[in-house]
Amino acid sequence: MVDHSELQVPGYEIPPEMQGQVVITTLDRIYNWGRRSSLWPMMFGLACCAIEMIAVQAPRFDLARFGMEVMRPSPRQSDVMIVAGTVTKKMVPAVVRLYNQMPEPKYVVAMGACASSGGPFKAGYNVVAGIDKFIPVDVYIPGCPPTPEALIYGMMKLQEKIDKQSIRQVRWYQKGPDSVQIPVPILGPDLIDPRRAEELKRIAAAQAQTQEG
Amino acid sequence: MATVTAPALDLAARFPQAVRPDTRPGYSGWIVEKDHLLEVATALRDEFGYDLLSSVTGVDYYPDTMEVVYHAYKTTGGPGIVFKVQVPRQDPIEVPSVTPIWAGAEFQEREAWDLLGIRFVGHPDLRRILTWEGFAGHPLRKDWKEPFYEEEAKPYKSRWPDGKFFYAEEKNPFKDNLKFPPDFNPEDWTPDKADALLYASLARYLKSDDELKTDRVIINLGPQHPSTHGVFRAVAVLDGETVVALKPVVGYLHRNHEKIGERNTFLQNMPFTDRLDYFNSMSNNWAYALAVEKLMGIQVPERAEYLRVIMAELSRIQNHLILIGMLLNDLGAYFTPSLYAFEERELILDIFEAASGSRMMCNYHRFGGVVRDIPPEALQKLKGLVYDRLPRKVDEFDRLLTENEILVSRLKGVGKLSAEDAIRYSITGPVLRACGVPYDVRRAEPYGIYDRFDFDVAVRYNGDVYDWYLIRLDEIRQSLRILDQAIRQMPEGPVMSTKPQYQVRVPPGEAYGRIEAPKGELGFYVVSNGKPNPWRYHVRAPSFVNITALEKMCVGNKIADFVVILGAIDIVLGELDR
Ligand code: SF4
Repeated sequence: MVDHSELQVPGYEIPPEMQGQVVITTLDRIYNWGRRSSLWPMMFGLACCAIEMIAVQAPRFDLARFGMEVMRPSPRQSDVMIVAGTVTKKMVPAVVRLYNQMPEPKYVVAMGACASSGGPFKAGYNVVAGIDKFIPVDVYIPGCPPTPEALIYGMMKLQEKIDKQSIRQVRWYQKGPDSVQIPVPILGPDLIDPRRAEELKRIAAAQAQTQEG
Repeated sequence: MATVTAPALDLAARFPQAVRPDTRPGYSGWIVEKDHLLEVATALRDEFGYDLLSSVTGVDYYPDTMEVVYHAYKTTGGPGIVFKVQVPRQDPIEVPSVTPIWAGAEFQEREAWDLLGIRFVGHPDLRRILTWEGFAGHPLRKDWKEPFYEEEAKPYKSRWPDGKFFYAEEKNPFKDNLKFPPDFNPEDWTPDKADALLYASLARYLKSDDELKTDRVIINLGPQHPSTHGVFRAVAVLDGETVVALKPVVGYLHRNHEKIGERNTFLQNMPFTDRLDYFNSMSNNWAYALAVEKLMGIQVPERAEYLRVIMAELSRIQNHLILIGMLLNDLGAYFTPSLYAFEERELILDIFEAASGSRMMCNYHRFGGVVRDIPPEALQKLKGLVYDRLPRKVDEFDRLLTENEILVSRLKGVGKLSAEDAIRYSITGPVLRACGVPYDVRRAEPYGIYDRFDFDVAVRYNGDVYDWYLIRLDEIRQSLRILDQAIRQMPEGPVMSTKPQYQVRVPPGEAYGRIEAPKGELGFYVVSNGKPNPWRYHVRAPSFVNITALEKMCVGNKIADFVVILGAIDIVLGELDR
């Protein structure tokens, strides 16, 4: 039998004959409970961290205990994107596009040092120093790679975050576009973030000036 | 023990005009005149039997010379040959391509073009490979500086001994890991330049010559695709469902190992090697340690040699188990077989963790030994695994899968490759052996103490994916045999021959260390100029070289088989893209 006691709002008596069959709860609570208990991650691995992500799915750690075992190969069906690995400049347009394709509500977990900040490869010319330069991140998990326990802990933190959301305030029920769309970066002589195009142009021009002068 | 050394080949006597010995201290091999390269290479392959070209790479001897280095071996075994071509370091730097002789040079030459700007004349498809078309500069040149450039070499003064901390972003004018040519204007840039050349190179396959004038289509798989095992992309031209042409597009995980590695000190590179083939950090460590130990001329204590063998064979077992599990995933047996594989893998990782402190990124080897002894409890566990559990589990896999109707009908006859083609494309590892070539570095040129063990080099003869699968089971069984002997013979004693130190002295010279990694021949080409940092640090990754033949394997098969073939070659992107 499912234990619904975590849904029950304190202060309401349930008559003994109806206990276990009826709960009195709030809309926020049941809405969040539903979402947090079936977070479907996208089947999406970038590098070494992805292997630990698979290990979390495997028998010893078994993420299915949290209702998260359904890895979806399509962004259209997933709720959470675990950025598991180094994001390179060559790959980041695809990552942003995938993020744009995910329907709301959507969450991003940056797994490992690389996804959080560039990690050991930060000095590399082809490495993005943290995926949060492009897409908003909800939970960062340190480690290289984070142990499976750390990933599970990170996912539990995400659940806590979901628990605090309110249906009246969440962005996907507000007026405006259905979902956050982020301009897709472009591969030029180096990576071009369209949001920063003006700024890049200005700095490059200033560099040209100092070289002449 | 195989100590028969072949008489040293005197290439200079055969080509007095074209070849001279490389006499720089610490170097070996031959320097070939550029104009005679093809002639010498043909002779090496046809007359002298060096049929397997292992590695092609470049070294930038800034400011005067650019050098291309070739390592070739005989598939019948024995030591290899190194030869080099030197050209002045002035653009255009041009060297004839050896692809007509060894087709396996194709991607490696593209890499040298991409990273070092060496043009290979006569190359069939010389495009950038790891970076993208339009990228500014050739990053491995010594005068090319990355956006977060701080100093030529570590340890950086900002961190040692002063320890003044700052963010890399603060120093860069763009406040990010970016570098644009002066006066660059993003609005003038045409996006997707990168793919235009690729599609142009496929255009000739688009015309169908059958009577119905059917259309052929180009499809992209990846870089995010559930079946490509990471960020791998393939662009295929299809006629119906049949693959007509296929180009792998790689570099989506290009993490600049080599550029970072040349800034690092020798020892600092050890943890980076973990992250190449992240399934087998233990083997990667070994190959790198081997190369540097050759340069330093140091020995490894007995116990450490045995520990190296034990760790490497354990990682081979877990690698092959995962491969089989994932292969079944690709066939549609979603996740169940992988769950079996991961169960065993966890037990092996426990031993790694006990010995090295980390599950995946072991960083276990040092120059002159290994960092720590294996704790007695872990040794006890290891015995349990090797003597009892793993043999049973391999048999279980065998019973469960080998005769499975679906597996057999999906794998038999798919991806067929002849032994000649496999050698021509420089394929190594299980795939080569499944094509009927009994070539295994552990036997062909034993390193460490492999000459002491009694084991068979597994061979299969059909060269199709079914045999690639079977040979993995064979190899696990052979690894268990080696482990059995290693555990029984391992003596007590120290595990390091030198004092632990963070900075090692490496005399000038070059060395190529290679091992039989689970995925094929893994080689490290290291050049030292006596400084604390390697002047050149090149990784010859089996995954990277093996996919040179991907098109050859896939053409004529169905697109669904591509997924299976790719899975069975066993690639890992960390090593493929580096
Ligand atoms: S954080 Fe470490 S383990 Fe994870 S992707 Fe980066 S290098 Fe690999």
